[in-house]
Amino acid sequence: MDIALQHISKHFGAVQANQDISVSFHGGRIIGILGENGAGKSTLMKILSGFQPADSGEILVDGIPLKAGNPLAALAAGIGMLQQDPLDVPSFTIIEDFIYGQPPGRRVNGRAAFTLFRETCQRFGFDLDPDMPVSQLSIGQRQQLEIVRLLALGVKTMILDEPTTGISAEQKSVLFNALTELAHSEGLVILLVSHKLEDVIVLCDEAIVLRAGKLVGQVEMPATTAQLVSLMFGQVLAPQTRSIVPLGEPSLKLENVTLKGKRITIENFTLNIRRGEVVGLAGLDGSGQELLLRSVAGLTRLHHGAVYVNDRVMTGRAYRDFMAAGVIFSAAGRLEEGLVSGLTLTEHTALVGQGAVIQWTAERERTAARIQHFNVRGKPESRIEALSGGNQQRFLMALLPETPTLLSLEQPTRGLDVDSARYIWEQLLSRRSQGTAILFTSPDLDEVVAYSDRIIVCYSGKLFEIADASRVTIDELGRLIGGAFP
Amino acid sequence: MKPGLPRRIAFGVLPVVASLLITSVLILLVGSSPVEVFKTIFEGAFRNSNAFASVINFWIPLTLVSIGLTITFSAGLWNIGAEGQVIMGALFASWAARTFVLPSPIMLPLEVALAALGGALWGFVVGILRTRFGVHEIFGGVGLNAIASVFAIYLISGPWQPPEGGGAQATAPFPDYALIPDLSPELPIGLFALIILIVSIFVVYFALRGTRWGLELKATGKNPRSALLLGVPTTRVMLSAFMACGALAGIAGSYRVLFTYDSLRQGISGGIGYLGVLIVLLIGARPLWVPVISFLFAAILAGSTRLRISLQLDQSLAGILQGTLVLIVLLSNGLRQRLLERGQEKPVPPQQITTTMEMRQPTVTTAPTETAHE
Repeated sequence: MDIALQHISKHFGAVQANQDISVSFHGGRIIGILGENGAGKSTLMKILSGFQPADSGEILVDGIPLKAGNPLAALAAGIGMLQQDPLDVPSFTIIEDFIYGQPPGRRVNGRAAFTLFRETCQRFGFDLDPDMPVSQLSIGQRQQLEIVRLLALGVKTMILDEPTTGISAEQKSVLFNALTELAHSEGLVILLVSHKLEDVIVLCDEAIVLRAGKLVGQVEMPATTAQLVSLMFGQVLAPQTRSIVPLGEPSLKLENVTLKGKRITIENFTLNIRRGEVVGLAGLDGSGQELLLRSVAGLTRLHHGAVYVNDRVMTGRAYRDFMAAGVIFSAAGRLEEGLVSGLTLTEHTALVGQGAVIQWTAERERTAARIQHFNVRGKPESRIEALSGGNQQRFLMALLPETPTLLSLEQPTRGLDVDSARYIWEQLLSRRSQGTAILFTSPDLDEVVAYSDRIIVCYSGKLFEIADASRVTIDELGRLIGGAFP
Repeated sequence: MKPGLPRRIAFGVLPVVASLLITSVLILLVGSSPVEVFKTIFEGAFRNSNAFASVINFWIPLTLVSIGLTITFSAGLWNIGAEGQVIMGALFASWAARTFVLPSPIMLPLEVALAALGGALWGFVVGILRTRFGVHEIFGGVGLNAIASVFAIYLISGPWQPPEGGGAQATAPFPDYALIPDLSPELPIGLFALIILIVSIFVVYFALRGTRWGLELKATGKNPRSALLLGVPTTRVMLSAFMACGALAGIAGSYRVLFTYDSLRQGISGGIGYLGVLIVLLIGARPLWVPVISFLFAAILAGSTRLRISLQLDQSLAGILQGTLVLIVLLSNGLRQRLLERGQEKPVPPQQITTTMEMRQPTVTTAPTETAHE
């Protein structure tokens, strides 16, 4: 089977997720789709599998155009996608899920279904009991179920979105064996969306790399981590010059802390952040950075260990107590967590203000002043969702208290253009001289290197500290992110 | 972007006309004349001062509950439990009426305060179930309504049964000093409650518009995650909304026992809790509109009692008219939303992020987001 994507473009609002991507995939090969979080990998694969229509461009399957934005048409053409969260029905048993997951008209029933299911499982060494409820399966097993289901549909191209996230090492090796056999013996096209470089290096025959919505490279394997990293993150830039702020006493201390998230655990670590310090968290998506950011702000409880803010024990306290101690969290999704759609800018100002009765005239004036000071394009009476992303972020900055103790920021410049991002950083860094410490994540290594005093690299729950951020190169950082801890 | 005035008027008037039309068709189907029916309802409500008083006497508690419901509504909560909160208010007021022997000027405030407490307590239970145990307020409310209603029946047929024995529909009438007096023999309405009502309307109006609490309610209702991150104590806010609504519903309940029936009886609330939810569905969190719509509902309900006498039609026709009106208004709200969205859907030009990045030597690159569209 040959698949040709021709000039695929797709945008979401102001964000260009895919831009004029043309690429071909051939049967019998495992192809890695690489790129950082937000590079457009998932979008491209959703377009190919029909879950989303492209704005423009065409997909040819063996030379025949594919109907866009229709998962059933894609399936009929032999393209199936295994989603990151498998599309199964938790209340079904495995075999029910298998049977009802076939489109009507092509459904295999009863004994035939059992036989087909068992044979496929045996062939790939999947250990699935047909009568077990789907709700009791691990993610790895749910993937296996989806693979069996897709194969029974006669899929000739299988797309896997981050399949190795959250599965055991054993399940991973079973999965990789199955994928290798499907591609090399049966001639399927296997597309593996991943940002885990070592997976791609072990498994794939070739890799394509996306960055900021564009196709930036196509590499035959074997390739080195360094080659892939330089494609994923672009060229190394000149280091930033910035004012040196003397660091003070620790404002945040995490002692012997263990954090448990849904798919990741960070075991027993200790971390101090000093007044005025900027600590960048680098790591591939889902390596534990978000967990860490939320934990220092009291939004996720510690599994074990203690947290101190300005030497006060804060373990087990609620976010509001952390806030009172000056710890502010800001999430990547501004309108989901941070700003309230439907409220005006003035209402936001009033919300973080003081006093039981609101003086609307005064609040309006305060809002106008903040709008001017933070260079926000919007009016006090505008609703927050009417502002562009950059202006929303600026306004969110305007809502922060004057001298917070610690800012815990998830991708503070997400989706912003260069000028907006620089402006946000100016504002953030200016607070350091009053003792504000900053802990932040960014999918952009340049940003991490440019603004951090210290970098902590997260890789599947393990932490590695780079004590002097100014001495690290993007290349080294990229290797560390890929899990090559010394 | 605000829609033009003509369109806004159209969306205000059309649903009313449409629901009148639909009800008319129904009336024609049962073989009656719509004009006659509407005329009878109108006359039923306004034919003399007694009829008018019965409209007002239904309107007062209905408006109190509905005002309370604008509070929970603005916090994004579906307080179906208002019905049970009305009943609890009635029970607490009844208890006070049966227990204390005090002069009227002390008695009435005490009874009303206890009724408010009872309603607030029942609201608090809904709130705790929701915030601590993750029981959605609709399910918690329905359960608590049933409990309150069964508890009232137990009291009437058990500990509080009238001297003539069990199986009664109501307790013995409460003593005069415990009851809200008539304004005048010609216009028998409870002035005391009317004053409480008017004060409540303005207090709630001001609380929602001019206080931090009101703004916190609104923020919590629109996005509790963000509200929490902006420092709003969302759990406390939700609880207080349930309790404030419960208190007003409780006062409404006290009016039903201390004025309407002079005793506690089965079905004491007369369904005003549910009716209040319908009213708030119609107008949202706009307390000043509550008295108007609730007056309309009260008039239709009170007036429709005449239907049986004049036209041999069941008074449930009033319920159909109200139900249709609410459905049609919701439908037209949905429709308006869609029209608005269509109006705003302009093709978004792809932003020039990537090209700008190439032209300048960037210090910070910008990645488009994957989560933005999920």
